[in-house]
Amino acid sequence: MELLVFVLASAMVLGGAVGVIVNRNPVHAALSLVLTLFGVAVQFVALEAHFLAAVEVIVYAGAIVVLFLFVIMLLGVDKAENLEIEPFPIQRWLAAIVGLGVTGMLIASIVRGRKILAEGEPLPASGDDNIRALARNLFSDHVFAFEFTSVLLIVAVAGTVLLTRKTPASEKAAEAAAEAARSSKAKS
Amino acid sequence: MMLAAIVPTTTYYLILAAVLFGIGATGLLVRRNPLVMFMCVELMLNAVNLTFVAFATRFGNIDGQTAVFFVMVVAAAEVVVGLGIIISILRRRPGATADDLAELRG
Repeated sequence: MELLVFVLASAMVLGGAVGVIVNRNPVHAALSLVLTLFGVAVQFVALEAHFLAAVEVIVYAGAIVVLFLFVIMLLGVDKAENLEIEPFPIQRWLAAIVGLGVTGMLIASIVRGRKILAEGEPLPASGDDNIRALARNLFSDHVFAFEFTSVLLIVAVAGTVLLTRKTPASEKAAEAAAEAARSSKAKS
Repeated sequence: MMLAAIVPTTTYYLILAAVLFGIGATGLLVRRNPLVMFMCVELMLNAVNLTFVAFATRFGNIDGQTAVFFVMVVAAAEVVVGLGIIISILRRRPGATADDLAELRG
């Protein structure tokens, strides 16, 4: 039964991941990303990380993918991209080699270390349920880091507002006038 | 049933995460649409999260799940800032790919 869950969730994860990189339309890629994230959430439940499974669905599949879709719609880049055009002819081969190399080395090291992982019974969790244990850890050992995440989020939001702010037309005209005045002064 | 007796161990999850990371890295190198490249970064982050949770469960230590929590927060902030930069670039030159953005000067 556990194996069945693992195989089905892995199929979701890998199918969605392949979908992200082969879909020509960014909207379809974003929807494949949702499939992958749901698969990862199922794996989290199977690993008894219930809180993180919920956060995965809410934050990733809910907020981040919706933000992606929102940006795609806002910019109107939802036209299918032609994947046939290749500015660098060997780029795809090099990318495949690098990807396979990274995966191969990771799997080789995992397989080499599997004996250490298999030694002994899995240690039991602390006995609390998942959310309680996570909260106790977060608010005791990592409370400073937790507080700093709020600073990070505020900075990110403020920075994004500043980055994407359109310069108002009147301000732009004033800038152009100042520029023209400066250049005419330099000439004379 | 032989198959039903197999319980997925930590190694299975680690190998799944390694393959997911490899797919994400390949996609990041192959695709040239900045938005899709961002999605590939998300794939790689999720692979790392899966590894963290697998180890946390294996060793009965909740610290790994705390690390995943922080990764998720940082990923959310990163997506917000990154998409802001992409919006301001693509508003200036529509249809730009990653190859067109070789210089910082707008």
